[in-house]
This record gives sequence, C-alpha cells and structure tokens, in this order.
Amino acid sequence: MTAVHDEVLSFDEAMEKYDPALGFEVHVELNTRTKMFSSAPNGFGDTPNTNITPVDLGLPGVLPVVNRVAVESSIKIGLALGCKIAERSHFARKNYFYPDTPKNFQTSQYDEPIAYDGAIDIELADGTVFTVEIERAHMEEDAGKLTHMGGATGRIQGAEFSLVDYNRAGVPLVEIVTKPILGAGRRAPELAKAYVAAIREIVKNLGVSDARMERGNVRCDANVSLMPKGSTTLGTRTETKNVNSLRSVEHAVTYEIQRHAAVLDSGAAIVQETRHWHEDTRSTTAGRPKSDADDYRYFPEPDLVPVVTNDAWIEKLRSELPEPPAERRKRLQADWGYSDAEFRDVVNAGVMSSVEDTVAAGVSPAVARKWWMGEISRRAKIADLEPAELGVTPELIVELNALIESGKINDKLSREVLDGVLAGEGTPAEVVEARGLAVVSDDGPLLEAIDGALAAQPDVAEKIRGGKVQAVGAIVGGVMKATRGQADAGRVRELILQRLGVEG
Amino acid sequence: MAEINREDVAHLARLAHIDMSSEELDRMAGELAVIVDSIKSVSEVAGDDVPATSHPIPLSNVYRDDVVGETLSNEEALAGAPDNADGRFRVPAILDGE
Repeated sequence: MTAVHDEVLSFDEAMEKYDPALGFEVHVELNTRTKMFSSAPNGFGDTPNTNITPVDLGLPGVLPVVNRVAVESSIKIGLALGCKIAERSHFARKNYFYPDTPKNFQTSQYDEPIAYDGAIDIELADGTVFTVEIERAHMEEDAGKLTHMGGATGRIQGAEFSLVDYNRAGVPLVEIVTKPILGAGRRAPELAKAYVAAIREIVKNLGVSDARMERGNVRCDANVSLMPKGSTTLGTRTETKNVNSLRSVEHAVTYEIQRHAAVLDSGAAIVQETRHWHEDTRSTTAGRPKSDADDYRYFPEPDLVPVVTNDAWIEKLRSELPEPPAERRKRLQADWGYSDAEFRDVVNAGVMSSVEDTVAAGVSPAVARKWWMGEISRRAKIADLEPAELGVTPELIVELNALIESGKINDKLSREVLDGVLAGEGTPAEVVEARGLAVVSDDGPLLEAIDGALAAQPDVAEKIRGGKVQAVGAIVGGVMKATRGQADAGRVRELILQRLGVEG
Repeated sequence: MAEINREDVAHLARLAHIDMSSEELDRMAGELAVIVDSIKSVSEVAGDDVPATSHPIPLSNVYRDDVVGETLSNEEALAGAPDNADGRFRVPAILDGE
C-alpha cells in the first residue's frame, strides 16, 4: 500500500490557531525473572516459542497464578508516580481476537487498577517544570510477537501469513495512563519526549524494568488533540501507537499536531482512530477506527483472586524505593556547586552518574566535569558511543589528574596518555614512560626554544619589553610548538618574562 | 422483558468472529434473552448493599514466587498447532486486529 501523504500545517501556524492536548499510555515491561501469570522465563532474544508454559498458550485446564514480585514492582511504580495504591484491585479479561494472544483475551485490569491518581513533575531542558497528572497504572501481560511474511515490506499490508512467537506473551507489563495534559502549547512535542524519558528513568531507577526502548521495554502510545485557541472543550483525539524512541515521540506529536491543524483548518473533522508512526517518512498513517467504548467485553478474571494491599506491605515497599531521579539531581547539583547551565549540560550529555562516580573516586567536581564534558564527550561523539561506553573509569581520571597536578604532564599530554591507556598500553604512568610524554622540566632546552621563538618574532618580543605582557601568548605558543607540547606552559611564560626582564 | 435483541446478537457474533445466519440470529436472540432474564432474577435478591463479586469464596492475595519453572520445548509448544514454520506458529495474515 502506498502511503497517502496527509496535508500538514506548519507547526508555527498550528500553534497560532490551536492549543494541543496530550495524553500518554506508556507500557513498561517488568524485568521479573518469570512471567506475570506463569513460571516461564521472562527473557529477550531466546529461541522462539521456548519460554512458554501451557498457561502462556492458554491451553485447556491451565490455571494462572500471579507473580508476587510483579505486583510489588507495580506498586513501586505507583508509589514513584505519586499514586494512591488500591486497597483492593483485580484482574479482568480484555477480549479480542488476534493471534498475538493465544487465549483470545489479554489479562489486564479494568475498573480496579493497582495504582491511581498520581502526578509527576517533568522538567524540560531549560528548567521549565510541567506537572503531569497520572490517571492510573495497571498490571497486565504482554502479547506475542507477530512477523508478517510474504509482503514486500514486512508490514501487514500485503502479507500472506504471519509467524507467531509467544515468548513475550505473558511478560508482566505496567501500563501508565496520564490524564489529559493541557497548557503545554508549542512545547508539547518537547514535553512528550521529556515525559517518556522521565518514565523510563523512573522505572530504571526503581530497578523494576531494564527500560531499554530499543528492546520494547518501554513503549508509548501518544494521544493528541487540538482545540481552537481560547476553547476549553477537548477536540477529537488520535492515538499514535508504539512510538518507541524518545526522538520518535517528539516527532510523532509534532506531526499529529500539524496534521490535525490542517484537517481542522479545512473545515473537516478529526477521525477518532489509531495512527501508525513511520520513522522513515516521519509521518503517521490511519490505523483502525477507535471509539471510547471499544467493545472488549471486559469481565473479572475468574481464575485470579483479588490483590488486597495493606499499609504494612505498602510502607515496606515504599521504604525500598531509591532516591527519586529529580531529587537526586537537585542534591548532586548542590553538592557540586555547578551553575544551572553547567549541570543541565552534564545531564543532557548523559554523564551525571559518571561525574558522580568520578567525584566519589577523589577528584574535584570541576575536574570531573572538565574530563566528562570535554575530552571524553569529544571522543564519544567521534566513536558514536555514549561517553560512559568508552571504558574510561573514574580511577583512570584520578590518575591522569594526579599526573597533571604533580606537573609530570600537562592537559595536552594527558590526552595522549589517555589514548595510550585506551589502546591497552598500561597505566597512565606506564604510558607516560613508554611514550616519553613527560613534560620538559629542564630549563636548558626550554630556554633554547624560548630564544628561538623570540628571535622568530622580534616584533612581539619588543611589544612585551614595552610592557604589553599579554602578547607573551604568541611566544609561549611558539615554544610549545617547538617542544611538541611537552613543556609546562606556566613555566615557559615565567622564563620568557625573566628573559625579557619584564615583571609577570 | 428481553434485554438481548437481534442487533445485540449480531454485534456479539461479529466481535467473536462467528458467522451466523439470519435464522440463527433470531433463534439465539430468543434463547439468550431467556438466559439473561433468568440471571437477572439474582439482582432481585441481592440489594444495593451487596457488593458485586466475581468469586464464590472470599479469597485474595494468592501469589507465586518469581522462580523459573518447567517450560515446554519448541516441539511441544507447536505440537497442537494446525500449521507452523521456522519454529513459530503460522497463522493467516489478519488486518483488523489491534
């Protein structure tokens, strides 16, 4: 099927005329050892249809039993999202016919979710905070994985048949549903991305999910609607399914805002439907029509008994919660004395934990930041890796810094030392030795180089003699070049001024 | 008074992917209406003060430890499938699902 390209309005024009409302359903796969209702392993990438039991296949006569750890992980997620935890909650069957579930229903929760009525603060890159209200978080199970065969593109359109792997069927999921998010205006796409990033960070921090979006551990359905400026009545929404990277979330929300605006501008109505996101064209195509009352014929799961909580259980789980990411950031920034901009850069570069470890290993926050934001980030960019993936340990930075502070090497040489260490040539001290990188500290060769540099630039030398001390940089540069960077620039400067009889 | 009419049955048949003839819809509407009316008599006995329940015995919090147990082999898993390929269940391509 050839995708029909919808009309879109420019984002700016859309924002002049309309206010967006957002809503998210984020599915989080829990990292329990076993599935939600069976003792099959919860694994990724295993041989198809091996991580299954008769329960996962919905064979006749099987009886599901709830995984206690999955319930506790769900309660922790609820607590971390500021939710109330239901005293009593139960499972329900969501009935539908599709081969991704062999049972013809998904075991989920309907009218009594485990957690409800929460809120989290989402901080955007510039520090603006939006509060997103959480409607509910409920427990359910993941579906199997279908691969469509015979079609040209691997998509369902044109496929002749599908192959099903039920390894994922029954993996514990928590679905987190927001209330409508109003008032984000033109920052809606940015907020969308930040919200999903925050959920990912929270569940990862809790240790309840591996939270790897590329593996589908965190999946987002993004609801978008527009209302004319000044209106308070929510418009008709569309739900873009399975937007599974942070970048895609931002793009999909942007695109749907632009598409809705064009439809509304033309005088037509938005069709309430699901939309499929296509990363390649950065656009959505229509899925199936959707109504608020999708007829899933929910009914209470007769094979599972209710989950009943009490204060002692909840408080025990609450006491196990780690420090929330937002509070941890506040604490670290205060400890390190970074400015807002400095700290934000560190967070956005993904090196906050690395800096934390490096400071803990014994260097100052300023030195840790210099390394992670400077040389290591630069190398990461070139290698297309995360800075933390380069293999630079906090201990290595401590050693390099000690060599610099003792005057054995300078900043420039330390980069070469790092090269050597990463190439497996040994410890920093060994690399300095083996590569002959120690700073030239014997004044003899330095004075020779200084005389050479002064002779090469007599006009500069004259200026310095005349009192223009700042011109000394040009001579220092010449000396550093002559010594291939192996001189201590501070000492060189001192010697030049001495040579010219000028007070530093 | 029947709570189930012919339209309801046709709708349910569609949801359940059951192909029903016109005669079957008529007959089923009548039969289901009788069943629904019978069940309805329960609500005449249970007043507003009786909470709805899905279980006959008041049981809660039945859990299993998060310990891996026995699984089916790939061959066992596929043994009952009408068709399979490449270690997976082979099914017709279906367009209208979730």
